[in-house]
Parts: sequence; structure tokens; C-alpha cells
Amino acid sequence: MTSIKVGSSGTAGLGGLDESARENERLRAEVAEWKKKYESARKRDIAFTNSERELAPLYTALDTAWLDADDLGVPGIYPYTRGIHPTGYRGKLWTMRQFAGFGSARDTNERYKFLLAHGQTGLSVAFDFPTLMGYDSDHARSEGEVGKCGVAISSLADMEVLFDGIPLDKVSTSMTINGPAVILYCFYLAAAEKQGVDLAKLRGTIQNDILKEYMAQHAWVYPIEPALRLIVDCFEWSAEHVPQWNTISISGYHIREAGATAAQELAFTLADGFTYVERGIARGLDVDSFAPRLSFFWDIHNDFFEEIAKLRAARRIWARHMRDRYGAKDPRSLVMRFHSQTAGVTLTAQQPMNNVVRVAYQAMAAVLGGTQSLHTNSMDETLALPTEESVQVALRTQQVLAYETGVPNVMDPLGGSYYVEALTSHLEEEAESLFAQIDEIGGVVRGLETGWLQRKIAESAARQQWEIEQHRRVIVGVNDLVTDEPELTIQLLKIGDTEAEQRERLSSLRATRDGALAERRLNELREAARTNENMMPHILDAARAYCTLYEIRAAMEDVFGAYREPVFF
Amino acid sequence: MRPIRVLVAKPGLDGHDRGAKVVAAALRDAGMEVIYTGLHQTPEMIASAAIQEDADVIGLSILSGAHMTLIPRVKQLVMDQGRDDILITGGGIIPREDMDALQAQGIGRLFGPGTPTTELIEYIKEWFAAQEREGASPASA
Repeated sequence: MTSIKVGSSGTAGLGGLDESARENERLRAEVAEWKKKYESARKRDIAFTNSERELAPLYTALDTAWLDADDLGVPGIYPYTRGIHPTGYRGKLWTMRQFAGFGSARDTNERYKFLLAHGQTGLSVAFDFPTLMGYDSDHARSEGEVGKCGVAISSLADMEVLFDGIPLDKVSTSMTINGPAVILYCFYLAAAEKQGVDLAKLRGTIQNDILKEYMAQHAWVYPIEPALRLIVDCFEWSAEHVPQWNTISISGYHIREAGATAAQELAFTLADGFTYVERGIARGLDVDSFAPRLSFFWDIHNDFFEEIAKLRAARRIWARHMRDRYGAKDPRSLVMRFHSQTAGVTLTAQQPMNNVVRVAYQAMAAVLGGTQSLHTNSMDETLALPTEESVQVALRTQQVLAYETGVPNVMDPLGGSYYVEALTSHLEEEAESLFAQIDEIGGVVRGLETGWLQRKIAESAARQQWEIEQHRRVIVGVNDLVTDEPELTIQLLKIGDTEAEQRERLSSLRATRDGALAERRLNELREAARTNENMMPHILDAARAYCTLYEIRAAMEDVFGAYREPVFF
Repeated sequence: MRPIRVLVAKPGLDGHDRGAKVVAAALRDAGMEVIYTGLHQTPEMIASAAIQEDADVIGLSILSGAHMTLIPRVKQLVMDQGRDDILITGGGIIPREDMDALQAQGIGRLFGPGTPTTELIEYIKEWFAAQEREGASPASA
């Protein structure tokens, strides 16, 4: 650690400075000597990095000379580069949270009970495409997609079945839902009420990050402005009523999966985060009233050290901007808490067993980067939704990491590494430069409207494909080290017909609920949408009255309109 | 030879368009005329766009698991318009046995993750050349 302080001023006496200047001089001479040897030697051609950054073959104290205590610090203290908790994983291991959902609420409820029985410590709901887009299972647009890519949830009745026998005051639940996020959130709240659970005791997260939907994942419902209004409504209302709930998970995951580089993922995600903070402040909310409930979600890709550095840089950037730009005072507003998932896009359909190894390295990077929770992908996910067996291997990968490798025993064990510190700072600089470009084009919302952000991501995706096809980037088993033997076949998950079952459930729901009450709730919702009122209580009332997902979506759509994608190609 | 016209489409509710966009750009770079529909298209929208645009090929990208419903539907709608000469191909997260089942229904080749774009460019070009030969032969006979 002392070598990192070389060149920092004001801390050492005059004699100390002389000494460190001499040390510095000696190091420079040694590095020059090494460089001569290095340059005259034969070397492999290493084209691979995930970014456009040139990597030096060696990092020394000279590369980190400018680092000072204000960049690094210690865990639990500003700027949180080294972690947000003073106890690290000694206090609490990360939450092992496998994203799961398929078929009907009943099918998925069984999978959750299986995962909890095998030591998983939190739930994470994957919804099917109709649900993600705000369609009921019996809507014409849902045909062929019900229960295929996640669980079908069309009303409170389905949500009750999804968590049947799972006490909602005992588990934390993450829900990946964005366009209609607040509607599914209200189904969950109403289901908790039915279990007799106090909303103040609920712990969990809704993704609720619409900006990255327009940017990358594309499960949107409303145009940008009303969508942002609903998100701020959720911040405001939840701060009072569901104080332990993470009202948003600002996500780099989908931006990265769509093709962004690590630096773009870092910058675009944080820029989204700043936009939400600005919208909250513009509403008149005290930044410290909602910022402590903002959480993040990162993609953990192949480039091991770059991913660790990305997570460290993310914490530092967030803390600095929250304190210095937005005037947050509560330390909880400054700390970036995040979930991580290994990168789905790195999995290969060829030689799928190799994916177990990729996932293990990525999981280790996430933990070395200090993640609060983690999903490890299953080896068969490029082929279908994962089987129980492959999910178990993925979960065991985390457990081996937690209990056998010793990795979690020491906080930020790579802190002080010349390379990791230099990379952390480079990523921070790249992010700051991208923030400046986003400001120049008029901010995130303008960048989405003009397609600037979408184009940046698509360009990176095209470049990566080109690199693979040109063999500048080796993907084991895909463009190199290919086997001629017949493809290894693994058992794939088969999903039964959920659509017919869901149609029946919905028609019986519509026949048995209090129809007049449902109608009244929808009218009240529509009326509230025309005012500046907070929409949350009205959506919750509609959920309690068993109004369906699409009915609630449509009532607000009457006022808000629908998002139309500008096609950039 | 006239350029091959390809409609690249995203049927259903699936928003994953990285593959569709990479493929569309690669086909365009290979000299084809490419129309990209954008997201969330119904089979009806895709079939009518293909006919209006006079496409030779429809390339469908599906990562949502809805391929067994959506791909045959597009095929049927195009056939209903008397256009059995349009190649319907595509790719995504589609298990091998589903690919085989769809091909047995007259769908063209489907490509999984990791396929080099050169492979599908070659496939489309070969198919098109064979079509041209076939189309030319009755006239010359």
C-alpha cells in the first residue's frame, strides 16, 4: 500500500518526500530496463480485450502514483471503492439469488420451493413476455408466448399462487419487470396483505428501470415521460409505505448483453441513475428520502479484471456524484448496492458444458468486485430455459466459491493491485468522458429519442461480431478448438401448455370477481392519470379488486398513450 | 443478378434485437437489400410487409421460445397469399429438435447461437441462385 502513496503530496515530511522521490527514480530505471527486454523478446499476438482500450503488459507503482486516500479509502467509508460494508462478506455472504420462472404460477411456485430447499437465500421472478409487456395471458398478442420465457402472471390471483406457502415477510423477492413494473409490484403488495404481512416488513426489488428498456431490452409500455412519472410515483409512495423495498434496480445488464462495452455499460447505467435522481429532485423530493432505496444490477462478462474494476469504479463514481452533484448527505444515498448476473451472452450453444467454467470465473469476478447478490447462469441457457439439474450446478458454483475457495474471507483482496487500481481509474475516466458526451447531446432522454445511445450499443455489438468472425477474439468451441464429434446433447426443459390453463383461470376470475368494483377502480385509475396525483394508491386498489394486468395497463394507456419505437438501423 | 431482398423481422413480444441487427447489417454488407421491421411484429404485419416489399427472403429472429407458434404462422400467411416462393429462415434460441420439426414443415434452415454470419449469407445466396436457375429453366426449355 505504501507504494501507492508515492507521489501523493502533503502527507509525508520533507525527508519522506526525498526518499519516495529516490524510490520512484529507481523504479523508473527498472521499468525502463524491463521494457527494453520486453520489446526485444518474441511475444504472442494478444488482440483480446472487451473494450477498445490498449492494455500494458505490466503495471507498476508508476501507474498508480496519483492514487490517494480519496480514491480508495477503506470498506464502508466514502468513496466506497473497496466496498460498502465495513464487514464485507465476513458480516454476511452475498445473497444467492437464481432468476427463475416458467409456465404457470403453480409450476414456478414448485421451482421456488426447490431452490429454497437447496439453500438459495432469495427469490427472483422471471416473467413471461406477455407479462413483461403488460398483456394478459388471454390477449391476442400473447398467443404462443404464455409461460414460455418466464411465469405468466395476469392478476393478483396468479401472484397469490406464485407465493403460496412462501411467507413474504421471511424472503426477499426480486422481480424483473419494467414497462408495467408498478402494476406487478402492486399485485405483490396485495398478495402480501392477503398473507397478513405488514408492507413495512417486505424486502425485495422491482427492476422498474424503463430508460434501459428504451435503450436495450425493449419491454416498454408507455412513452418516456409518463413512464418516468410512474417511477417517481413509486419512489415517493414506497419511501413512506414500503420503506425496505428497492424501488428500482438500475440495470447495466441488458445494455451490456445488447452489445455495449464495459465502459459503456458503466456510463450509460450510471447516467440512467442520475436521470432518475434528477427526476426525483424535480418532483420536489428530498434526495435522501428516496436515494437509499436505489439499487443497481451489473452484467459480469468474461474479462476478469475489467469486470472487477468496473464494479469498483461504479461504487466510486456513484458516491462522488451523489455527494457532490446532488447534495446527498445520508451515507445510504451514497453507497451503491448491486445485484450481479453472469453474462448470458458469453454462453455458447457449442460444447455447453464449457459454460460451467465460464460462469465460475464470472461469479468469482462478481464476488471480488463486492456484489451484494448474484445469479449464476446455467450451462443450457443458450438452448432453452434451464433444467433443475443445471440450475443446481449453477447454484453449487456459488456455494463452492463461498465455502471452499476462501475468496470471501478478505475484503477487496485486489485493492492495491497496480493493474486493478489503474483499470478502475481508467474506467472511471472513460465513464466521465461518456457522461460529458451524453450531456452534450442533451441528456439520456434526448439520447434515446435521437437513437444516439442505441446506435452506440449496436456499433459495439457489430464490432464484437466482426472480431469473432475475423478470429481476433477466440471463443472456445465456437471459432476455435471446435470438435468434429457430434454435438453433445443435454436434456432440455420442456414447458407444458400454460396458455389453455391461464385462459380458463382468467375467464373464471372475470366471472367470479366483483365486476362493478373492478370497473369502478379502473375508472378511478383513468381519472387519476389525468391529474398530478400519485398513481400508486389507485393501482394498488385496482390490484386488490382483481383487475387484470392488461385492464390496468389499458386504463392508464387511455391517458398516457403507448411508446412507439423509432427504428434505428 | 439482381440484389436479394431480405426482410429481417422480430415476431412476437421478444425484445432481444442484438442478433437481428447484427444479421441485418451483415446481409447488407454482403450486398443484399435489407428491410428491418423493428420489434414486436405480429405474423400478419410481417407477412404483409414481406409481400409489399417484394422480399425474396424472410429472416425471423426469435429468442422467446414462441418459435413453434410464430414461424409456421408467418409461413401460412405468406402461402395464403400464394407466395410459396419466399424463403423463410431465421434463428435464435431454438432447440435442435424444434428446428428439425419446423424444417419438416417447409421452413428453411434455422441458425443457433454462435453461427458465423458468413454461413447464413452463403445459405441465402445458394438458395437464391437455385431459385433463379429453377425460375429460368422453364422459359429456356
